Amino acid sequence: MCMTGIQMDLVSDDKMARMTPVEKVRFIIDEVKEGKILVLEKGLTPEEEAHLIEMTMTLIDPDNFSGIEMESYPSRVDTSILGKLLKKNTIRTRLTVIGPADQLKTLKKGRDLISALVSSNE
Amino acid sequence: MGVIKRFKRNLSDIFKKLFNKKNARIGIYGPPNAGKTTLANRILRDWTGDAMGSVSSIAHETRRARRREGVTIQSNGNSITLDIIDTPGLATKIDFHDFMASGMTESESKRRAKEATEGVIEAVKWLENLDGVILVMDATEDPFTQVNVTVIGNMEARSLPLLIAANKIDLPESSPKTIKDAFPQHPMVAISALEGENIDTLYEEIAKRFG
Repeated sequence: MCMTGIQMDLVSDDKMARMTPVEKVRFIIDEVKEGKILVLEKGLTPEEEAHLIEMTMTLIDPDNFSGIEMESYPSRVDTSILGKLLKKNTIRTRLTVIGPADQLKTLKKGRDLISALVSSNE
Repeated sequence: MGVIKRFKRNLSDIFKKLFNKKNARIGIYGPPNAGKTTLANRILRDWTGDAMGSVSSIAHETRRARRREGVTIQSNGNSITLDIIDTPGLATKIDFHDFMASGMTESESKRRAKEATEGVIEAVKWLENLDGVILVMDATEDPFTQVNVTVIGNMEARSLPLLIAANKIDLPESSPKTIKDAFPQHPMVAISALEGENIDTLYEEIAKRFG
């Protein structure tokens, strides 16, 4: 029996932690452009999310790639005295779903629930 | 960034604040059609008699960041001078078909989409050069958009001040409380940038947060 559908990869924090920020963004873009849905166990830092948005914009092609759908829960901030002194908070990132904009659509997003629709464009 | 470098930068920030060497750079951010340019125009009209840019119901009307230097806002006896940057709407996707649905031709739509992508890149790059952000949210929409989450996360990571403007409260379906409940850790002012409703409260908060 031949089974068709959309590939969904659940990516562990360990795998992402081994990559540099640039490698993470490149990995996500490459996978999403192949039509995969990625679920990142621990998500991206806010800076990496901004970098991903920036990279996505450079790759938008009107006829082939309209961008990504990305949904992450708001990150949590761990404040410490050192962090306040250095004006650099530690951010605890959370689960993130990323996919091609034409295949992944967010239905509803709340503080603790992301509801999404995945469709095939075949 | 290294610890020493960051410490030096923060020392520099403290000296700049002490001796008031430069105006704080405040970016107006948000998703497309949240009312960023309408708010920028309101602020400039109120305090300089000028305007920042044109507005439209079609998304991505602002496709270039615009900076206005030396805008002095007075509130409750306090005075603060800011450089205000009106940024293009942030998005993770731009589909030219959306512009065609608004009545544009295919070539116009593709050109607008291309310019919009450049605008988003510009807005992202500006995030690294700001002293604070006014995040404009459409109070008729779900506040947990990725743009809002990413902008708030970036400000929190950098420990920079953030003020949320829950816009469009002139519309009956608006719910600024939903925004307040979503991001209770940040100050929020419910406004109508279009009608000027509650705008004085926003100026008070601007003076308090960015002064």
